[in-house]
This record gives sequence, C-alpha cells and structure tokens, in this order.
Amino acid sequence: MTSLTLVRRVKARPSIVFDALVTPEGITQWWGPDAGPVLQAESDARVGGRFRVRFRLLDGTEHESSGEYLEVEPPERLAMTWRWEGGAEDPEESRVEIRLRTIAEGTELTFTHSRLHDEETRLSHEQGWNGALDKLEAIFAQSAKIEAEAPR
Amino acid sequence: MVNNTDRLNRTFAALTDPTRRAILAQLAREDEASVSALAEPHAIKLPAVMKHLDVLDDAGLITRSKTGRTVTVRLAVKPMREALVWLSRYERFWSRSLDRLARYAEARETETRRSGK
Repeated sequence: MTSLTLVRRVKARPSIVFDALVTPEGITQWWGPDAGPVLQAESDARVGGRFRVRFRLLDGTEHESSGEYLEVEPPERLAMTWRWEGGAEDPEESRVEIRLRTIAEGTELTFTHSRLHDEETRLSHEQGWNGALDKLEAIFAQSAKIEAEAPR
Repeated sequence: MVNNTDRLNRTFAALTDPTRRAILAQLAREDEASVSALAEPHAIKLPAVMKHLDVLDDAGLITRSKTGRTVTVRLAVKPMREALVWLSRYERFWSRSLDRLARYAEARETETRRSGK
C-alpha cells in the first residue's frame, strides 16, 4: 500500500500537540500547504465524530477536506479517514494516522497518510491527470539529479 | 489488487536509494541507456549497478532488453508516476502543515510554562 510517513520532533508536551491536532482553534493555526488562511474548521474529536476543514491557498483556490475519526486516544494516538470535498484532487478516501511519543525534548510525532484503493485511483489518474503526470516526472527527474550531484 | 499493492510496495522500496533514483533520473533524460552508461556517473562497480537494476526491474520501474552483448535499459514509468503523483501531493501538504503545527504547539508550550502550569 502506498503511504507517506513524516516524523517531527516538537518542543512541546504530547497533550499540547494533541490539542493542536484536534481542536478547531489549533487546526486553524496550522492546516494547509502554504500561508493561505483556514476559512472554516470543525472537529468532533471522538471515535465516529467528524472533522471538516476549508482553506484557501495563496493562489486563491479554496479546498475542503473532511473525514471521520477512527481512533482518538489522547495524547498518543489519532486516526481518521480523509477525503477531499468534490474529489478533484484525489477522489478516493484515504487514511491518516498520527502517533505521539514522549521524548526528552517534548514529543515525537509520527504521521502516516495511506492510500487505500490503489487500483481505482490508478484508473482515475490514467483518465485525467496525464498533464500533471508529465510535469511531476520532470520535477522528479530534476530533484533526483540534484541529489545525485550533491556531495555525499 | 493484491499484485498492484505488492508492486507499489516494491516501487517505494526501490525509490528509497539515491543511486537508484539517480539511475531513474538519467533514464528519464535519455530515454534509454546501456548498463555501462548508467554505471559511469557512480563511484560503484558494475555488479553493484546490476544489483540496483535488479531491484528497479522487480519494482516494475525499468525494462531491460538484450541485443548481442549490450543490455539496453528503459524507464517503465507507469507505477512510478502513479506513486509519485500521490506522494508528492500529500508530501507537500503535510510537510508544511506539520512544520506549522510544530511551531504552534511550541508557542503554546512556552505560554503554558510562563503561566506556571
């Protein structure tokens, strides 16, 4: 299964990190890939509860993602389903898991976003994303080149 | 479905190595290359390159064809593209979001300590 894992060490205790992850006040402060604003954040952080976040990118486009909380065990474990509203970016539901571990400096956060329906997503890629694919391939080739040329 | 998932796992394992990514990048630029041309930019011996090519082949990322004594390597882009599109989208989104989450949580931690909790 395709999945993305990111690890961050945060100089804050796990309970503070957990609150930042699940409260609308927290979500408003960090959600999104650029400095564009979060327009709306709803979060009912209990198993079966839902979240919904609408945000605007600096390019002016608005996006909304939502999902259902699958595991809520403060301050250590959080899991939820993930889906883009409208489905333009990625039509399939995926799954996000977050683990918080106490370390000397605060919290180690391990974040995993997993794709669930590879086959269906593959088909939708083939149908509509060829232009984006070409661009990405070029970007990938470029970054791999930089890496290959960097001193090791 | 199972086969597809297995293949994607192999694809990602194959992409974890910088030499293999460099080989793929070279193939993306040149369409096809001989094994020795692929070995040339790297400070490793031919057998090591062959091993990398085996991994890339198993992952469905390259194809190899033999003409006489020359093995020609080509990119088989489909699984790589598929995986890269998904990953690059979320990598950007989450990497930046989590950086901001960390800064926000750290500011909250500082506030909490100041207020003596």
